[in-house]
Amino acid sequence: MTSPPASAGTGTAPAVRLLGGAASLGGRPVLRGVDLTVRPGEVVSLLGANGSGKSTTIRAVMGSVPLQRGTLELFGTPYGRFRAWHRVGYVPQRTSAASGVPASVREVVSTGRLSRHGLRPFRRRDREAVDRALDAVGMLDRAGDGVGNLSGGQQQRVLIARAMVGEPDLLVMDEPMAGVDLASQQVLADTLEREVRRGAAVLLVLHELGPLEPLIDRAVVLRDGCVAHDGPPPPAAGQHALPGHDHVHPHGGDHDRRARTTAPGLLP
Amino acid sequence: MLNAAFMQRALLAALLIGVTAPAVGLYLVQRRQAIMGDGIGHVALTGVSLGFLLNTSPVWMATLVASAGAVVMELIRERGRTRGDIALAMLFYGGMAGGALIIKLSPDGSMANLTSYLWGSILTVSTADIATVGVLAALVTAITFGLRRQLFAVCQDEEFARVTGLPVRLLNLLLAVTAAVTVTVAMRVVGLLLVSALMVVPVAAAQQVTRSFAATQALAVGIGVAVSLTGTTASYYQDLPPGPAIVVLAMVVFGLIGVLAVPLARRRHRTGGGGAEPAACDLVLPGPREDTGSGQGPARGAALAE
Repeated sequence: MTSPPASAGTGTAPAVRLLGGAASLGGRPVLRGVDLTVRPGEVVSLLGANGSGKSTTIRAVMGSVPLQRGTLELFGTPYGRFRAWHRVGYVPQRTSAASGVPASVREVVSTGRLSRHGLRPFRRRDREAVDRALDAVGMLDRAGDGVGNLSGGQQQRVLIARAMVGEPDLLVMDEPMAGVDLASQQVLADTLEREVRRGAAVLLVLHELGPLEPLIDRAVVLRDGCVAHDGPPPPAAGQHALPGHDHVHPHGGDHDRRARTTAPGLLP
Repeated sequence: MLNAAFMQRALLAALLIGVTAPAVGLYLVQRRQAIMGDGIGHVALTGVSLGFLLNTSPVWMATLVASAGAVVMELIRERGRTRGDIALAMLFYGGMAGGALIIKLSPDGSMANLTSYLWGSILTVSTADIATVGVLAALVTAITFGLRRQLFAVCQDEEFARVTGLPVRLLNLLLAVTAAVTVTVAMRVVGLLLVSALMVVPVAAAQQVTRSFAATQALAVGIGVAVSLTGTTASYYQDLPPGPAIVVLAMVVFGLIGVLAVPLARRRHRTGGGGAEPAACDLVLPGPREDTGSGQGPARGAALAE
């Protein structure tokens, strides 16, 4: 699925299709019927206040939170039967990339290739893919270092390399910019841009659009577990899209996404 | 020493333990579950007593009961942390108390029989034991080294591992059972009370000087084999219980490496070309609000979002 974004969405199955998704955490309903579609090559940002259900939506799409109601399809396949995990790259909300035992940057990124090589041995092309992903986030020179010794921003770059190393058609990221220094933010924005140009669809949770703003095709704003807005990203700094702002954009129904993505200057 | 048949068996058992205990312990420590081996040891005690009561092999019975206990612990862990620690504590105490009570019920069992299982003994490793231990150790080694990449991924980041299509739950249960099997492999020589130490201490010792998982694995297994063989030998000459001897040795190695690690790290820092570089990049901004603090608009947007 390397079709350019401009031709995407016509006939091809959406990368993500969540219809009427409802989920609870600890008995409290967090999602009350969320509709979310991400078409191939599209960049969709989930916005909303803390507790509005952004992360839960992402985790429901990735199967970490079970859906109580609603249907979920990935690339046109119902979630229960979906096996093409090599098409998905995931950056979970970060606490730390480190665990109880030292692990090198290369070892952590290599786990992203498991969806490709599975039980077969780790081959040269897997190693080359790891090198490319590390190079893309500017961490190749730190490949042998322990992830525990990296800064938060550097750890985040490693986790994004891990998600990219399988060359996925869909990248799902939960707050990739949280706690990341400015230099790393720019590296992440550049990396993401290359992935989008390669044809990957992206679904990401953001607190605000920030340096990723030019890449975003569509913003889905959640409020109390419901979709409050689904349409073009707010032009300013995201204030219009944020809960507490009463004005709801009259973009109901289908918006012409194709016109947006082919608009000059949007994708450099 | 090597002419004594029981000593050959004891040394062979020590070698197998030295490999398997740190190999499994590595994943438990990675998942910050260092104490799990201890819990399995307690549960295994009930298995040993049941073996005496039912007149079957205590080792196989312990393997069975410890595996069941480990699976229960894993399921409790998986369901969330809210009351998991209490449930685990109950399992620990239940295993210990159950073992002590059941041994009193069995006709030819006594607390003295249990003592050799609690602290280990080189004299009691029978030929049948060594065959059992050999089979189980081969199984543990095959799993911990053969599925190294899969188990590493699951223990490193479970949520991510699920999205790579790995059967996360199956691997977690497999690891739990493997840990249980390792406990019963090690209990004849090291003893149930100190099994966990041999799973954890070599890993803790190794990771003071390593930066990668593979290096930690190699060094931890190396330390495990060295202290197991040395401790068993020492217990032959000095008439010491082998378990405590092995564990004290492991602690000494931990301390020595800790002392050596400081100048080693300093030299690495000095010779490493990028030694000074991280200092500039390690400045992590606490949140997006500071990142865009220069502009009025974005700052207000972030404030609204809170």
